[in-house]
Amino acid sequence: MTSTVNPVDERAAQAPEFPMARAAGCPFDPPPGLRDMQQEGPLAKVRLWDGSTPWLVTRYADQRALLGDARVSADINRPGYPRQAPMPPGGTGVSFILKDDPEHARLRRMVTAPFAIKRVEAMRPGVQKIVDDLVDELLAGPNPVDLVEAFALPVPSLVICQLLGVPYADHDFFQENSKVIINRNVTPEQRSTAHGNLIGYLDDLMGEKIAHPLDDLLSGLAGRVTAGELARDEAAQMGVLLLIAGHETTANMIALGTLALFEHPDQLALLRDSDDPKLISSAVEELLRYLHITHSGRRRVAVADIEIGGEVIRAGEGLILANDIANRDPGVFAEPDRLDLRRDARRHVAFGFGVHQCLGQPLARMELQVVYNTLYRRIPTLRPATELERIPFKHDGSVYGVYELPVTW
Amino acid sequence: MKVTVDQDKCVASGQCVVAAMEVFDQRDEDGIVVLLNAEPPAGQAEDVRHAAAVCPALAIEIQD
Repeated sequence: MTSTVNPVDERAAQAPEFPMARAAGCPFDPPPGLRDMQQEGPLAKVRLWDGSTPWLVTRYADQRALLGDARVSADINRPGYPRQAPMPPGGTGVSFILKDDPEHARLRRMVTAPFAIKRVEAMRPGVQKIVDDLVDELLAGPNPVDLVEAFALPVPSLVICQLLGVPYADHDFFQENSKVIINRNVTPEQRSTAHGNLIGYLDDLMGEKIAHPLDDLLSGLAGRVTAGELARDEAAQMGVLLLIAGHETTANMIALGTLALFEHPDQLALLRDSDDPKLISSAVEELLRYLHITHSGRRRVAVADIEIGGEVIRAGEGLILANDIANRDPGVFAEPDRLDLRRDARRHVAFGFGVHQCLGQPLARMELQVVYNTLYRRIPTLRPATELERIPFKHDGSVYGVYELPVTW
Repeated sequence: MKVTVDQDKCVASGQCVVAAMEVFDQRDEDGIVVLLNAEPPAGQAEDVRHAAAVCPALAIEIQD
């Protein structure tokens, strides 16, 4: 009797669950299962929460090639797209990161100007002032303190609020709702409610900007709504995306980066004792590579058959590009599991690759450069106020980091 | 070295400007790449190659 089981089906049947667990005691390293897959071959099958079995792509070169390939779609509404969580009841609007060109390019280009390098550099003194003021408050406040609450979250929140033209006084409201949206373990109803809250808030704000435009990003979008180039709900959707992406990611990089540096005192000393912009810049790139907080992978779906290393991804099959393990690809980064702030890590894919690469990356880089160059210099005795084992990590979040980081000095 | 850029492909990441500021700039209105020098001197060649390598949209082409 000959077997009629298709080898791909067989692999799907044996596919391990994704996301995978990290190894105990190794909170900065990707799950060991991902390393094994990367060594075994370019493609693996994984099983998601809904039982679907998309391909997992683990190697750096394959990920860059696929993220730049027009046969790969970012459209979350295509059948086969590997969703991170159930669709909320009634669905929600979709921002440009989950659409393809030309619609993606049309919308993205409306918000690219403020993220140009010179515009971001012009914001640097203002960000330095925000960081200095927060350090002053830290030093004058309770000790020990939770660094997430007192510093890591306020820095990017204040910056993105200024850029967008969102009142910072509302930060409790949008941070609470953002937390729900990026938590993988909430119900679809909870996520839908939180998303609706933020959309309603941004829509109200958009109304104010249409009536009384100021010199901020949301007012720029309001002008496009008035000119008929953008629907008001699209503008609110973009505002929600920029608000969430603008503070959650950088906040986690600040807190998790600080914790990683505590665990590598020689590397922390490099930052503390240096004022060299080149070292600060390379340190930021290396921490982005090493920590890789967007640990859910970039999600795509094939729109045509694509061959990778002798295997074929069929049209309609989902793809997850696990960029945390790509950033630890030994074929690209020597001794990838070593945190080395002096290495040239600029080719990392922490911000993704292809046309969807993170829009806010110049701003994120600048904020992190200011933070890492200021915090440890100004508080040279900064250290954890608890053991690593007691720190709660965001294993359940679509953005990785720590919920709390008690520090003392 | 001869450099060309494709403004239609560009996604305004600005990574080329960070890598080689003498060769690349961005348009004020939307951050799209502007080529300042299509034939950069040898001393800038490495930076320009790096710019092409980190461009997420593969919008920079180099001919030696």
